[in-house]
Amino acid sequence: MASAQAKLPVWVDIGLLPLINVALAFIVSGLLIAALGQDPFEATWIMLRGAFGYQEGLGYTFYYTTNFVFTGLAVAVAFHAGLFNIGGEGQAYIGGLGVALACLALDQYLPFVLLLPVCIVAAALFGAAWAYIPAYLQAKRGSHIVITTIMFNFIAASLMVYLLVNVLIQPGQMSPESREFATSAWLPHMHEVLGWFGFEVAQSPLNLSIVWALICCVLVWGLIWHTRWGYEIRAVGANMSAAVYAGMPPARIIIVTMCISGGLSGFVAINEIMGVHHKLLLDFAAGYGFTGIAVSLMGRNHPVGIILAGLLFGALYQGGAELAFENSAFTPDLIVVIQGLVVLFSGALSYMLRGPAERIYLALAAPGAVEA
Amino acid sequence: MAEDFLLIILTFDATIRVSVPLILAALAGLVVERSGVIDIGLEGKMLAAAFAAATVAALTGSAWLGLLGGMGVSVLLALLHGFACITHRGNQIVSGVAINILASGLTVLLGISWFSMGGQTPPLTGDARFSSLTFPGAEAVADIPLLGHLYSELLSGHNVLVYLAFLSVPTVWWMVYRTRFGLRLRATGENPAAVDTAGISVIRMRYLALIICGILCGIAGSYLSTGHGAGFLREMTAGKGFIALAAMIFGKWRPVPVLFACLLFGFLDAVAIRIQGVELPLIGEMSVQFIQALPYILTVVLLAGFIGRAVAPKASGIPYVKEH
Repeated sequence: MASAQAKLPVWVDIGLLPLINVALAFIVSGLLIAALGQDPFEATWIMLRGAFGYQEGLGYTFYYTTNFVFTGLAVAVAFHAGLFNIGGEGQAYIGGLGVALACLALDQYLPFVLLLPVCIVAAALFGAAWAYIPAYLQAKRGSHIVITTIMFNFIAASLMVYLLVNVLIQPGQMSPESREFATSAWLPHMHEVLGWFGFEVAQSPLNLSIVWALICCVLVWGLIWHTRWGYEIRAVGANMSAAVYAGMPPARIIIVTMCISGGLSGFVAINEIMGVHHKLLLDFAAGYGFTGIAVSLMGRNHPVGIILAGLLFGALYQGGAELAFENSAFTPDLIVVIQGLVVLFSGALSYMLRGPAERIYLALAAPGAVEA
Repeated sequence: MAEDFLLIILTFDATIRVSVPLILAALAGLVVERSGVIDIGLEGKMLAAAFAAATVAALTGSAWLGLLGGMGVSVLLALLHGFACITHRGNQIVSGVAINILASGLTVLLGISWFSMGGQTPPLTGDARFSSLTFPGAEAVADIPLLGHLYSELLSGHNVLVYLAFLSVPTVWWMVYRTRFGLRLRATGENPAAVDTAGISVIRMRYLALIICGILCGIAGSYLSTGHGAGFLREMTAGKGFIALAAMIFGKWRPVPVLFACLLFGFLDAVAIRIQGVELPLIGEMSVQFIQALPYILTVVLLAGFIGRAVAPKASGIPYVKEH
């Protein structure tokens, strides 16, 4: 199999095949919309217009994209070490706890410029801590990380309900939410930031954390491909026994990688808690962790691909909300279905078309052009 | 004294009711993992089956046709899992995640489109539900303390799927340990190359295991919407597929221990609601959230090797590539 795979040129492997897989997912989605008695082309048009057609919609698209970039990067970093982190959901949730505790404790004392780095560190530390235990158990005790991270998602959910209902709830209030932070803990919205420079744009939840997401992309790119750590991470992922023979400590690499991954997931809280809600609340991270798996798969675990895939899912979320608003036959659940189809075709069935693609490519290429 | 005993009986009765889907789904997971396929899509298959069963039962008025529908949809999803990760050697975790997401979206989308009830199916009554079976004489002995309660509340008065679930434990045990198919199944999960050398198709064994898994998840889902409940509610599985997965690991991939793990987790679920705000001797007031998280915590502790060792079938999760 390995020799057969090497025949395909790179642009087919990382460009064309993923595109065809996504296209397949959308074709099936279109058929589903048609089966519901709606016009798929009209639905596509409404979604595109909703996601990109006007400033507020675009703001929402980028705001969702920010979350997907964080969780996508988190899955990708773990994947490079051959680890499957499906605990992004719980890590983002606990990251929110870190951000909220920092804000609740310090928002009266620190100005924004000092509070922001504290919160970023808190999000990363809490997210990393929630990834550390599964990582430690995988590295030292051989517990399957997929199962432990699933369990930790549920444990995080229970823990947060407990804390919000019993400890962090604002006294005298019914809904389990913390008190609102002082404005020194509010991340400026992009429409405010652009306003400082004289650009007038429509209001949206989009905030400065998108800049942090882009910085994280560059940092991850540098880490994975341009540092010794990154080399070790990829070596462990590609061939564990070779890495061990080369003198790399697999346990330490697994733990460090998972902590980086958990920290990246935790940054979802910067966008959601500091950027939008300005208080801790239930289920603010719902769905972003799992979507991160799809984003990472589609983006082939590369930051550039993750930004593109994150944008696609951001557009799907915002366009889907617009679609549900315009046509009551669609609910946001349509987006969940499309997301499932993308995971299915781009992830689980990603090898399906490789064989046919190879045969077509070999048939098309001149016999002399393909080296044996 | 008799009061306390009745309370205990009622708690165990509730335990049985909530354990049923766990038992069926955990056995489903056990069969596939024994063949070397990891399936974290138990949740999605149950959810889809619950929806299909409620839909068919609502349209035809027959719970049995609903059960067939539920099993059919669940088997189809199992085959999709097989198509992705046996035929095309895709990642088994990713495929499971895809099935969970698909089921979660499709059930609500189709539910709203077909019934316009916010994702629910029409409430089921009469023959569209599996009604409770009353054992002969249960009414007569209901007033007798202890044994009478035991017979009339705990043993009698469940629907047929409950008895089916408890019967499936010895059935699966017999199939896995006492039949030729079971021997081959276990071998496929431990050493597929050896099975292949013996002239048995690894791919066929794994597909068969997935079909069994689909049937069991189908019954579990149908129980939720047409036996335990009276219609489909959105996200009605609420993580039961993952608790089943945890129970399967907790029972170390063996049917009888898996049964006890399911009963333990079911008991925690049944007791969590009753214990709210109650002062317990020695431990004081327990939080509901802690009890709800306990199955997951116990499974992690077990996986960490602190209470015995949980060792998965050796080849689980690895696609089989035939040597040429």
